[in-house]
Amino acid sequence: MSSVKEIISDPTLTYSQQVLALARLAENNDDFLPLEPAFEQALKDETLCDLGEGRAPYRPRYILPDYRILMEKGSAFLGLHAPKDIWEATNALLIMYKHVPSITSFPVYLGNFTDLFEPFDVDEQETKKALGLFLLHIDKTLTDSFVHANIGPRDARVNRIILDLTKEMQLAIPNLTLLYDPQVTSDAFAKACIDCMLATSKPSFANDVMYRKDDMGEYGIASCYNALKIGGGGYTLPRMRLYNVAAQAKDIQDFMEHVLPSYTQLLLRNMDMRIRYIVEESNFFTTNFLVQEGFVKRENFTGMFGVVGLAECCNYLLGIHDPQQGFGHNKKAEALGIRIMEALQMMIKNHHGVYCEGYKNTYVLHAQVGIDSDGRENSPGARIPIGTEPNLYEHITFESKFHTYFVSGIGDIFKFDDTWNHTPDALLDIIKGACSSGMRYFTGYNADNDVVRVTGYLVKKSEIEKLDRQQVSMNNVTVFGQGARNTAHALDRRIYDESARK
Amino acid sequence: MCRNCGKCIETCPVQALSMKHAQVVWNMDICIDCDACIKTCEYLASPKIMYMSVEELVDRIKKERFFIRGITVSGGECMRQASFLKSLFIEVKKMGLSCLIDTNGYYDFEEYRELLALCDGVMLDVKGVDEAFHKQITGCDNRVVLKNLAFLLAQGKLEEVRTVILPNREEENLKTLEYVSTRIQNKSRYKLIKYRKFGVRQEGIEAFGDTTISDMEMQKYKSICEGNGNHSCVII
Repeated sequence: MSSVKEIISDPTLTYSQQVLALARLAENNDDFLPLEPAFEQALKDETLCDLGEGRAPYRPRYILPDYRILMEKGSAFLGLHAPKDIWEATNALLIMYKHVPSITSFPVYLGNFTDLFEPFDVDEQETKKALGLFLLHIDKTLTDSFVHANIGPRDARVNRIILDLTKEMQLAIPNLTLLYDPQVTSDAFAKACIDCMLATSKPSFANDVMYRKDDMGEYGIASCYNALKIGGGGYTLPRMRLYNVAAQAKDIQDFMEHVLPSYTQLLLRNMDMRIRYIVEESNFFTTNFLVQEGFVKRENFTGMFGVVGLAECCNYLLGIHDPQQGFGHNKKAEALGIRIMEALQMMIKNHHGVYCEGYKNTYVLHAQVGIDSDGRENSPGARIPIGTEPNLYEHITFESKFHTYFVSGIGDIFKFDDTWNHTPDALLDIIKGACSSGMRYFTGYNADNDVVRVTGYLVKKSEIEKLDRQQVSMNNVTVFGQGARNTAHALDRRIYDESARK
Repeated sequence: MCRNCGKCIETCPVQALSMKHAQVVWNMDICIDCDACIKTCEYLASPKIMYMSVEELVDRIKKERFFIRGITVSGGECMRQASFLKSLFIEVKKMGLSCLIDTNGYYDFEEYRELLALCDGVMLDVKGVDEAFHKQITGCDNRVVLKNLAFLLAQGKLEEVRTVILPNREEENLKTLEYVSTRIQNKSRYKLIKYRKFGVRQEGIEAFGDTTISDMEMQKYKSICEGNGNHSCVII
């Protein structure tokens, strides 16, 4: 069957999913962006991966508009004046969201709701009604779980309204993150977030203290857990499958001295080329209203260097066959992991990135969460593999050692049983401990939830079951959840319950 | 305490117990917490124990100190190790963590003033106020328990009191929670624990059955406590 025919006859695709799939097909059939033969070979042997960015990228992968400009000035292109009340504010944002491009064609960043809505929260009941409709509208039209909003770090009544609605509505979209600073975020607000997180797998906690120390300036959390500049974003996110790269090496020395540097330089050169193409060939940075009206600035974008499979890479190079004795449980694997990350970080720092002045002309490391086709050979980023998780505090302290390297995002998911519902204080202690251990991003959910976090994004288990029955699911991401469940056992992360002492 | 008879080694389904140098050794890593060993033991002991020095335990706590506000020592009955607790608490306090004691109340705290000064609070079981009833369910006298209740309250060291609410024992339940709640009022948390059959020995099941108590009944007991001024009463 032709690829076009396959898309138009697939019973599990909605109409808008078909349109997107057809557009992607066209985009990926073009071969305008030149690729080095070595890069094409690397794509084939799965050492490197372009994460579906194809050969004709016509927008940055992730865009984080500064929506405060819309609130202050409106938009000439959209014909919107500055909103005066909660109805105008939510309406203006919903209009603008539909004009923010991304790799998924849905906006991956919706702004900081605390800052955007607090000035308009005059009457509690009216705010609740407006935001309830706003969230429903998002779930039904921005049908993609990489759509992501932020709240915090400070508390405001509008936060509590959003948490109440989130808990009540049980929707997978949007993804939600609390920018958490224990000095600014009250314990009461943090506990309300925990209560909501256990019930509906969001919000997650981003370590605001750590992200501010990176000196990135104002940042937002977009897509899965990608930390990028507000008014900027990420041009591209290709990634290295470290396990597959390790398999090309004779031994550790060969890996460190030849194989890793050669693949790293190959990927960096591809990023340069791709970014030049987006900036110089596509019309985004010359004609898009986001640029023309100052919602984003070109210099606030950078390239993201993605990594998966650090655990399996270390285990392979050390000849460890039992993952229970490997990365996460083993000093040698830990030391090798640090050595690899130091080397990667150094090579990326020494590379002069193109069109990323706001990032001091460097690209940033990103612990990619994996894609459904990765299977179990490459765990997300620097995570301990599923099924080999140590006890909760060891899990957190071990992984935190790797979080420092990934300034554009890394995190892990912790699955809890229902006894934690009664002890939000205990979970808050753990999140505070995770933050002071150097963990950038902590997220959790209750094992019994319908809305669950797969590797970084949210899906409904009931929606995956629809796909299993060959029915459609409105959320574009449900299919990734289905794949990750089937091939990577992504929903089987250890449940932290009473046996967690081990 | 374990007498190293080794009977539990035979009933452990995952071979987490073994005999080394005439002592039963527990392998925590492969244990599945099924408690077959505890059910097997004729001396009401547990083989799920390990011997640690204060230094070893402090090292273990240090690893987790970012994730906790304090420690609670429990048991068995931790007051059997009162002098160990004293040395432990001195070290744990240096880490800026709090120390709580979880006890059945059979040890008279008036005689452990130094330990009490080091600890931040005591979590006390009051299983029954009626003397005969307490004797019947525990085989022990409750005078020291009630003395401790009064003494710890007066010292400001009562962190919480726990009472298991039993099915079909309304009279005893009421007597105990009236006594406790009127005394502690808002000075301490009061946990009303729903009787559950899990972990109850055969004699217990024969005496109290394998049923539990309805949420409605528990709420009724809770409102009685609240009526007596104990607003930090929680149902577990």
